[in-house]
Amino acid sequence: MRFLLVIAAAMPLMGQLTNERILSSEKEPGNWLTYSGNYSGHRYSPLDRINDRNVAGLRPIWVHQVNSLQRFETTPLVADGVMYITEPPSHVTALDTRTGKPLWKYRRVFPNDIRVCCGEVNRGVAILGDLIYVGTVDAHLVALDAKTGAVRWDTAVANHKAGYSITVAPLAIKDKIVIGMAGGEYGVRGFLDAYDAKTGKRAWRFWTVPGPGEPGHDSWAGDTWKTGSATTWTTGAYDPATNLIFWGTGNPGPDWNGDTRGGANLYSDCIVALNADTGVLKWHFQFTPHDVHDWDSTQIPILVEREVRGAMRKLVVLPNRNGFYYALDRNTGEFLLGKPYVKQTWAKGLDDSGRPILQPNITPTLEGAPVWPSVSGGNNWYSPTYSPKTGLLYVAAREAGSVYFTGDPDYKEGEQFNGGGFRSIPGEEEWGAVRALNPATAEVVWEHRLFSPPWAGLLSTAGNIVFGATNEGQFYALDAATGKPLWRFQAGGQSRSNPMSYMSDGKQYIAMSIGNALYVFGLE
Amino acid sequence: MIWLAALFFLQLPQMADVQVGDQNPYTTPADLTQGKKLYGGRCAGCHGPEGDGGKGANLAVPVLPRAAQNSSLYLVIRYGIPETEMPASNMTPREIWQLAAFVRTLGRLSAEVVRGDAARGSQLVHGKGGCLQCHAIGLEGGRTGPALTDIGVRRGASHLRAKLLDPARDIPDQFRIVELKTRAGEAVSGVRLNEDSWSIQVRGFDDKMHSFWKQDVAELKVERRTVMPSYRQKFDDGELNDIIAYLAGLRGGQ
Repeated sequence: MRFLLVIAAAMPLMGQLTNERILSSEKEPGNWLTYSGNYSGHRYSPLDRINDRNVAGLRPIWVHQVNSLQRFETTPLVADGVMYITEPPSHVTALDTRTGKPLWKYRRVFPNDIRVCCGEVNRGVAILGDLIYVGTVDAHLVALDAKTGAVRWDTAVANHKAGYSITVAPLAIKDKIVIGMAGGEYGVRGFLDAYDAKTGKRAWRFWTVPGPGEPGHDSWAGDTWKTGSATTWTTGAYDPATNLIFWGTGNPGPDWNGDTRGGANLYSDCIVALNADTGVLKWHFQFTPHDVHDWDSTQIPILVEREVRGAMRKLVVLPNRNGFYYALDRNTGEFLLGKPYVKQTWAKGLDDSGRPILQPNITPTLEGAPVWPSVSGGNNWYSPTYSPKTGLLYVAAREAGSVYFTGDPDYKEGEQFNGGGFRSIPGEEEWGAVRALNPATAEVVWEHRLFSPPWAGLLSTAGNIVFGATNEGQFYALDAATGKPLWRFQAGGQSRSNPMSYMSDGKQYIAMSIGNALYVFGLE
Repeated sequence: MIWLAALFFLQLPQMADVQVGDQNPYTTPADLTQGKKLYGGRCAGCHGPEGDGGKGANLAVPVLPRAAQNSSLYLVIRYGIPETEMPASNMTPREIWQLAAFVRTLGRLSAEVVRGDAARGSQLVHGKGGCLQCHAIGLEGGRTGPALTDIGVRRGASHLRAKLLDPARDIPDQFRIVELKTRAGEAVSGVRLNEDSWSIQVRGFDDKMHSFWKQDVAELKVERRTVMPSYRQKFDDGELNDIIAYLAGLRGGQ
């Protein structure tokens, strides 16, 4: 009888992947149900079987190689014994978590005129009910049967010939699938969409560049809003208490020539807070008004609660590509804190409302203007992590500058629309560091130096570990409390992705795509 | 077909403009003026203001080895050359063509006339100069500095002269001289071959390969400098001309 009760209690775990299960994902730490592991963007695993005392014995358990030399950026999702990954450009594979054996494959046929600035890549799937959702480089959103990989519906989100693509992992919220888009180097007009999870019918669209008559439209000179970009290419966060989605937006187009697009260029380089049912904007905060350095604000929003100025506040925090760490009030968008976390030379500081006070001579020129941080930013699209256990936020920081050039701002549909370019600063050493920050103050608690500016995100775990990977091929574990290196493995390729953790057969595993393979590590 | 296979291997960021014709559509005087400005900002730092090379290759030659056709020049500017310091660029097709048009004019400039005696230069390089202690020519010579076997193709005469007089200029981005001492007391110095957060690999001046975990290293100095001496005092002008004449004639393959 008792045995039966245990079985019954475990039953919901084996059934449909309901929204309730995603909402309380901390109750099933052996699964990884959304891109960041929970709606708060924490990329934290409550599992502690792998911990600071035994991580020295970690070793690869299985490896899944992909048949593509494009960057392999996926974060696997794991639900009920099955791992779902994307492979470049936008394929999906279901793997047995125990053996790494493929269970089914979705292999899409692509048109031969895909337009992506920076690789035919994909960062992962969403799961809801018995469907798996993937965005594609030809700008479709596709729903697949979680048991077979068969296409259930396939919706065109935008026209790929105009420069639209999708690389972002979708986010399942209630009965909808929220999906962003890319194409900021092609002068597209940005938006965030939500689709009915069952039918693929569009539920709402929020234009990240306001049209005529809408608030913010006057932040664009003339017709430049039509090619304003402000794309939505990394996955946001969600607060069920207020039903608000928090999503980052990309740079205004053209990237490095702001002469024609006078104004602040809303809602580029912003975080926008939208009602999850309607897509209606509640508030926005712009980190880099009238950006001319390609500093997309597409970093993962992290939801935490902290005491700020004497009162407990619900915060959304993030280390921005522009080199500053920000803390905002999650319910109102009020600016609470902004502080550099890497070397930056473009702003003297931030004013009381969080707007940058600009330094002179930072605008790109034909001859080139050197500015820190680099075009790739203080960090980029890859994920930071927040550990509720240590109370620290960890970021893989990039210490580098760029020489920024201005160029032709001419727009032609489907062609790159950059208005300039960049190169590294001659003779300057570039390096990186994992930094542990106090999320309320941006104080650096510890730092672990990396040889070069990283392109991989971090995972923190209840086992007091921060996992990450280097450009030089090492997958590594640091002590979450002190930053002390605990373990490393040479995986033989640059990682441009994020680690995650799951459980199978009662054992904990750590997974990360490195080079062109997915590595799964464990203790057995 | 070979081209296409090569292009896929390079992981091109996008394929939309790979169908490049061989006819440069932007070659008016105004295009060349714009191309020169683009060159000054983005290229001259490595290839030299006159295009005769620096850290980057000599462009002031009649035929560019990697870009004999206009289409190949376009693709090199657009996508760079993987595993070298030549980066990809985000310029528009028009800007790339304007830049390519200007680069073509560099090959038509009257390059520095080399007046020296190459045979005497060869004797100086192999003898008094001691160059082969560090540099290889064909099968002969050392490994510390870059091989000179085809230096006449890669660098122009005026750059070679400047480098002989002031070797500290134009050091490649990744070139480092390493001096280290291990906790066990071993001392090694040489040229860095590779480095990451936890380890470093060195080709020592002892001509041996070394690899160290950084945790085993007590003192580590990694410097962006050269060990090449200046030849300002060692050679007179006539001797320098002879050496440059010899080096400019080293074109590899023999």
